[in-house]
Amino acid sequence: MRRLAFIALTLACASPAFAQDHAHDAPPAADAADPVGTDQPAGSASAPSMAHNRAADRYYDPVAMARAEAAMMREGGGPYGAAVLDLAEYRLNRGRDSYEWEGEGWVGDLNRFVLRSRGEGEVGQKLDHGEVEAAYSRALTPWWNVQAGVRQDFGQGPARTHAMVALEGLAPYRFDVLAQAYLSDRGEVSARLEVSADQRITRKLVLQPRGEVLLAAQDLPGQRLGAGLSSAEAGLRLRYEFTRKFAPYVGVNWEWLPGRSGDLARLRGDSANSRGLVLGLHGWF
Amino acid sequence: MTLSDLDRRTLLRATGAAMLLGAGWPAGASQPLFAQGGAALSGEEITLTLSKGHLPIDGKPAAAIAINGSVPGPTLRLKQGQQLRLTVINELDEDASLHWHGLLLPFQMDGVPGVSFPGIPPRGRFTYEFPVTQSGTYWYHSHSGFQELMGAYGAIVIEPAEGMPAAEQVLVLSDHAFVHPAHILHNLKQDSDYYNRQPSTLQGLLQGQGKPLAERLGWAKMRMDPGDISDVSGAVLRYLVNGHGPQEGWNALFTPGQPLRLRVINAAGMSFFNLRIPGLPLEVIAADGQDVRPVSVDELQIGPGETYDLRVTPPDSRAYAFVAESADRSGMARATLAPAAGMKAEFPPLRPRPLLTMKDMGMDMPKGSSMKMTMRDGSLAPQVAMGPGVDMISAMPMDRTGDPGVGLDGLGHRVLTYHDLLALNPMPDTRAPEREVEVHLTGSMERYMWSMDGKTMRSAHDPLPFRTGERVRVTLVNDTMMAHPIHLHGHLFDLVTGQGLHAPRKHTVTVQPGGKASFDVTPEPGDWAFHCHLFLHMAMGMMRVAQVRPAKDMQVHPA
Repeated sequence: MRRLAFIALTLACASPAFAQDHAHDAPPAADAADPVGTDQPAGSASAPSMAHNRAADRYYDPVAMARAEAAMMREGGGPYGAAVLDLAEYRLNRGRDSYEWEGEGWVGDLNRFVLRSRGEGEVGQKLDHGEVEAAYSRALTPWWNVQAGVRQDFGQGPARTHAMVALEGLAPYRFDVLAQAYLSDRGEVSARLEVSADQRITRKLVLQPRGEVLLAAQDLPGQRLGAGLSSAEAGLRLRYEFTRKFAPYVGVNWEWLPGRSGDLARLRGDSANSRGLVLGLHGWF
Repeated sequence: MTLSDLDRRTLLRATGAAMLLGAGWPAGASQPLFAQGGAALSGEEITLTLSKGHLPIDGKPAAAIAINGSVPGPTLRLKQGQQLRLTVINELDEDASLHWHGLLLPFQMDGVPGVSFPGIPPRGRFTYEFPVTQSGTYWYHSHSGFQELMGAYGAIVIEPAEGMPAAEQVLVLSDHAFVHPAHILHNLKQDSDYYNRQPSTLQGLLQGQGKPLAERLGWAKMRMDPGDISDVSGAVLRYLVNGHGPQEGWNALFTPGQPLRLRVINAAGMSFFNLRIPGLPLEVIAADGQDVRPVSVDELQIGPGETYDLRVTPPDSRAYAFVAESADRSGMARATLAPAAGMKAEFPPLRPRPLLTMKDMGMDMPKGSSMKMTMRDGSLAPQVAMGPGVDMISAMPMDRTGDPGVGLDGLGHRVLTYHDLLALNPMPDTRAPEREVEVHLTGSMERYMWSMDGKTMRSAHDPLPFRTGERVRVTLVNDTMMAHPIHLHGHLFDLVTGQGLHAPRKHTVTVQPGGKASFDVTPEPGDWAFHCHLFLHMAMGMMRVAQVRPAKDMQVHPA
């Protein structure tokens, strides 16, 4: 858009045009040097200002028009929503089989209300650790959202409540990232980072490398984790998309409990590292 | 096929399944099965009724909205110079409307709820009244809710005042799903790639298909997929000709050696089509209802909202395949042109899915250029409200009116571009534009958001202001990697393609990905809808109101 220097000048430029009878002018005798019709460059007359009224109100009931306009403005504004099951899996692990889930539901559009849940436990035992998070998600860029909310723990350990802030989105090279920081009602500070990427092998087969680390500023007895780098996970899952919404998978998953977490595990008589085959279901609706 | 061919149990089973998928409404006694293609209606008094029911597509019923009980609705055969009184009866449970696409008329008869009139309430009626001043091929469709996507459209053919009737056929192309359009939109909002069933894969890389690794990484870095041609594909849509699915097809007769005029209308909600009749050249004789100097091509792309009149002269007594392949090559609409009933044409297989290039990202750098380009530099488009709804700004948008459409370069046969179109008659308003208005077409693929200048219709209550009778150049800049067919209601504009006084006159112009297109127009008084004719893009907010007022009523903007 051209910036205008002088209104007066532009008015002077524009007025001959208004004076002309528009349409049906005989075209000027064209010589090769003179562009005609659409070949002519555009002038720099000023734009008119907006009128704040509806032309149709002169013909129809303004109340009905206002209602129709409001309805049109609402169209396509959502809200939308979906329920997504990222992981729901059974882990085969030398006689100590376990299960894990992670999923979320959202409603809204650009900005959303998000309900997220995750948890894990050993087969045949009480639920080890579960979480439910409720958060408001606000779009930051085309790919990133910032989230704030609360998390409630349940399961074997103490039922902590946490305040949560998170950054969620799609990084360059199409990595899905979820970075969360927590402050519990006991003043415990912790953070979690999850990264995954979907690599399409064929139209139906998708290989998903996935990694997750937990960090804590102090021991987290509720989750049997120690301070520092509390735990790390890496997995490789191969899913078959019967449809995009229904995709069973098989994979391998490694878990490490380094440092203090490892010490705590050994005190319990558990191993600090584990590797297992996983079978699960990914989907959404 | 007739309606009685449909097994009633099949019908009930199919609709039951359809209900589970959110298909709209159950089959029942009050839900009629619609006819495919309507009768012709003429005269000065016409009544059109919108109702809901089911359209049999290749024998399977899909929830649909029909006009006078058929999809497409009746073809309105009018005469240039006549008066027209059109009464529209709304038998739906929701507000409805009909818009006369491409017709020049008083704005309050244009039929856009909230812009030109209040809409037609459920079980209400409205009478449109206007003179028919032009001739050519046009169409009409609902401008309310999802009705156009569900079958509320039909053809308009206006004979010139001194016309020679010739052999002709109307071909209304459309797309129709067995699920409700709201369900499609829901899927796109969760996964904008949901209907792209031809994504880039490792298998393709190993087989040497698609792009080489380095380029794939470049696209992955941008978080884009070069195979993203259409939002909604043959994975969920069936492509129709005059309401007939591809298995059934639609048939027309010709006399060998006699010219036949095909009036092709793209009434699809979400699909560009590539048209061809293998073995037969297509002579383009009109675009958007306006006569052009005949130009012979082998293929052309038609965007939603556009119409083309094609003259074909089949020389011999064999069946010809009319192919309308969706731009992402995920399906085709089919018609057979034959000298006798019952003849079958050979249809070619679908061609491989095309891939986008850096040119489609508005980053076509000359070879060896050292310029560093970024994908999202807001300073290149100061008028665009940068935000989460804008994932790209074309760094070097080129005028792409000379390009044939994605995937149609280098086919080894003649493909139409806008540069091939020359108006038969010189343009009526030959003035130079007094000013230029730039409008950016913007969006965010990942979030499935679409807008103009970074603002949706909802977030920008501001119209685009014009003075009645001024001459304006509108330049559309496409800051997305998808083509957008942009339609200005109630006007014919002159495309800026270097044709001087013989610029092609259109009402809908496709702006290629990462490219630009300009038109000159003389605004008519009133409020006019101005939007992308990919229906879901309009619904998401790629729309504005063109507000045209007498110059004396409009203050000059302080500079």
